[in-house]
Amino acid sequence: MRRILGLAATVALALAAGSAGAQQKLKIGFIYVGPVGDHGWSYQHDVGRKAIEKELGSRVETTFVESVPEADSERAIEGLARTGHGLIFTTSFGFMEPTVRVARRYPNVKFEHATGIKRAPNLATYAAKLHEGRYIIGQIAGKMTKTGTIGYVGAFPIPEVVAGINSYFLGAQSVNPNVKIKIVWVNSWYDPAKEADAAKALLDQGVDVLAQHTDSPAPLQTAEARGKMGFGQASDMERFAPKAQLTAIIDDWAPYYVARAKAALDGSWKSGDVWGGLDSGMVVMAPYKNMPEDVKKMAEETEKAIKSGQLNPFKCPLAKQDGAAVECKGTNALSDEQILSMNFYVKGIDDKLPQ
Amino acid sequence: MRLELTPRAEVSRAARALAPVAAFLVAFLLAGLVIWLMGRSPIAAFQVYVSGPLSDPWAIQELVVKATPMALIAIGLAYCFRANLWNIGAEGQYVMGALLGGWLALRTHGSEAGAWVWPLMMLLGIAGGALYGLVPALLRVRFGVSEILTSLMLVYVAQLTLDYLTRGPWRDPKGMNFPQSVTFDPAATLPTLLAEGRVHLGSVFALIAILATAFVLGRTLFGYRLRVTGEAPRAARFGGFDANRTAMAVFAISGGLAGLAGIVEVSGQIGQLQPSISPGYGFTAITIAFLGRLNPLGILFASLAVALTFIGGESAQILLKLPLDLTTAFQGLLLLCVLGADALVSYRLRVVGTHHRPPGGEGRLGRSPSGVGGAGIERKVDGSQTRAAAGGGAARSFLRLPLRLIRRAAAFGREFHAGTPHRARGCAPSRPSPQGGGEP
Repeated sequence: MRRILGLAATVALALAAGSAGAQQKLKIGFIYVGPVGDHGWSYQHDVGRKAIEKELGSRVETTFVESVPEADSERAIEGLARTGHGLIFTTSFGFMEPTVRVARRYPNVKFEHATGIKRAPNLATYAAKLHEGRYIIGQIAGKMTKTGTIGYVGAFPIPEVVAGINSYFLGAQSVNPNVKIKIVWVNSWYDPAKEADAAKALLDQGVDVLAQHTDSPAPLQTAEARGKMGFGQASDMERFAPKAQLTAIIDDWAPYYVARAKAALDGSWKSGDVWGGLDSGMVVMAPYKNMPEDVKKMAEETEKAIKSGQLNPFKCPLAKQDGAAVECKGTNALSDEQILSMNFYVKGIDDKLPQ
Repeated sequence: MRLELTPRAEVSRAARALAPVAAFLVAFLLAGLVIWLMGRSPIAAFQVYVSGPLSDPWAIQELVVKATPMALIAIGLAYCFRANLWNIGAEGQYVMGALLGGWLALRTHGSEAGAWVWPLMMLLGIAGGALYGLVPALLRVRFGVSEILTSLMLVYVAQLTLDYLTRGPWRDPKGMNFPQSVTFDPAATLPTLLAEGRVHLGSVFALIAILATAFVLGRTLFGYRLRVTGEAPRAARFGGFDANRTAMAVFAISGGLAGLAGIVEVSGQIGQLQPSISPGYGFTAITIAFLGRLNPLGILFASLAVALTFIGGESAQILLKLPLDLTTAFQGLLLLCVLGADALVSYRLRVVGTHHRPPGGEGRLGRSPSGVGGAGIERKVDGSQTRAAAGGGAARSFLRLPLRLIRRAAAFGREFHAGTPHRARGCAPSRPSPQGGGEP
């Protein structure tokens, strides 16, 4: 009994010491929509978290809460805010309203919401221009397909995903005017079984190159098992499909996270909106593999062109499915806002956008 | 060698009351062992999981907020399950309640509508859930369709309807095409109870529902009717209770309460309609209803206990950096311990040799099943099984209900394949018989 009491006292002391020591440290919290082991979206955010720990060491302490349901996330976010976390990243679109509400209640805590559109003095937003990478993999797919039909496993028909599909298709069309695309929606960010089923359905319909906007490697693994091709999503998934992965679009949050943590430490943190692409290093292409030299060369050139700003995947003129021209609100291309709120398919996609 | 469960002659009230406590203790000890093996302090884990949340006003409020929808749904399910009717589709009724109530919130958005909006939303939520719950009831009463399948299938219909509406007609026009509605006006938001914190009026509704159910099930003819219908349908028929009317009534009640839970959650917690408004409350509530032994007070405690595991799990991730998987494993462990404790209270576990079967119909040591209060069973023509005597106690029916569910589903499958009603004997031959094997 005495031992137990002694142990309890030690624990209490340790907890007290922990909270006292944390006052000098910046505590940084992360809310993930999926499990940290999804090897895709949430995994990649966790890579960013580890980068903060590595870079800033003893000046910070990081925490994450994983698999937080979007409809019931307010408690987890507030749980971080009230346990002394000074900087909190909520890493899915569905966390927007809860993050806004908690940010209102904790004006001294800094919040960062990924892929969101609502900001406040203590709430910044950030996202990656994944569609830039999609254009490159679209071109690769257009070159590599033998059946002339490419496939896409989508999570939810939200603008970010729809813009990705359009960019992928435009890329394919630019090198293969007769290419066709088939799309299957999974209605989940992370559901390996459903993702694999969607991939199988696509392959059964004659698709031979598969792209995905869901978080697990399951679609790519399905392609590998069937001897078809595909692309990694969010992280480099080569180890799951060494023969099938042509390349992967990697979300590299690490530099952004480290920069924001540093800014919070030295007091220069300001709310704002960052939309980083290939040029800023927030989007990175994995090595081009399993393809002929000329395709690889084309991909590298396209990557360079997008980085330098010469090429915009959504350059004008651009036609919707029915052939009607899309109004150009940017300079010779769609404006950022048009891309961020995209809810139409471009001409040539023979499918109906669910809405 | 095999294991055999024989019913105990007498089950003391004390043993039955202490069973869940013992189950919790065993679950905590096992979980503590795992945490210790992981190289962490089990005491710190217990502090974060249980005593921490229970001594922190904020966490207690959050506990109540989390338990509210689950308690509301589970209390409604108690009506169905007591009458031996299987509403597996509370999740769909929840969504339909949220949908119909949410419609009014969107309809009055931006108008000068006063404080009458949210009360009307609650009524619409109840109506939406009740009407949706009546669909499987009607199909069962009219066409003899298994309510298990229809109620479950209708969940997907409800979810996809909400999905369609939030992506299409009900989408916030200023929301950059993201699939969610506008955020509700203050008039369409359920008032909170305290100046600080998120506890809203929905928790009061849940408490009222629990008290009202305790009264209805324990003190009214309707409550008696449910029990008789569930436990002895033939007796109920002879007693003049209309089984069809009972089915319609319990589905309307449980659907209505699930619908109320839906609109309470949307109006009080989420604040807008979006494609996903529930992390599976309608299914978790089935577990809670059984954990609470279909007893209103038991359901109140069970919903709070389950909510505590969710909140403790988040605290463990934040404060101890323990993985979420441990919480999920602990939830499963807890359920297993509670079920196991209840089985061991009502049944004696013994190891017997394969050659050594007890004589049919006779329990060991002269305890004939029919001679023990509540141990006798009768088999009805339709193959489902029921207690003849009433003294068996909640714990046993608690154990048997999931078994009955499996049995019903198996029987349905058989009927479906054979195309003819099966006979009583053939319905589940491989099922181990906890009654000592045989008919009274």
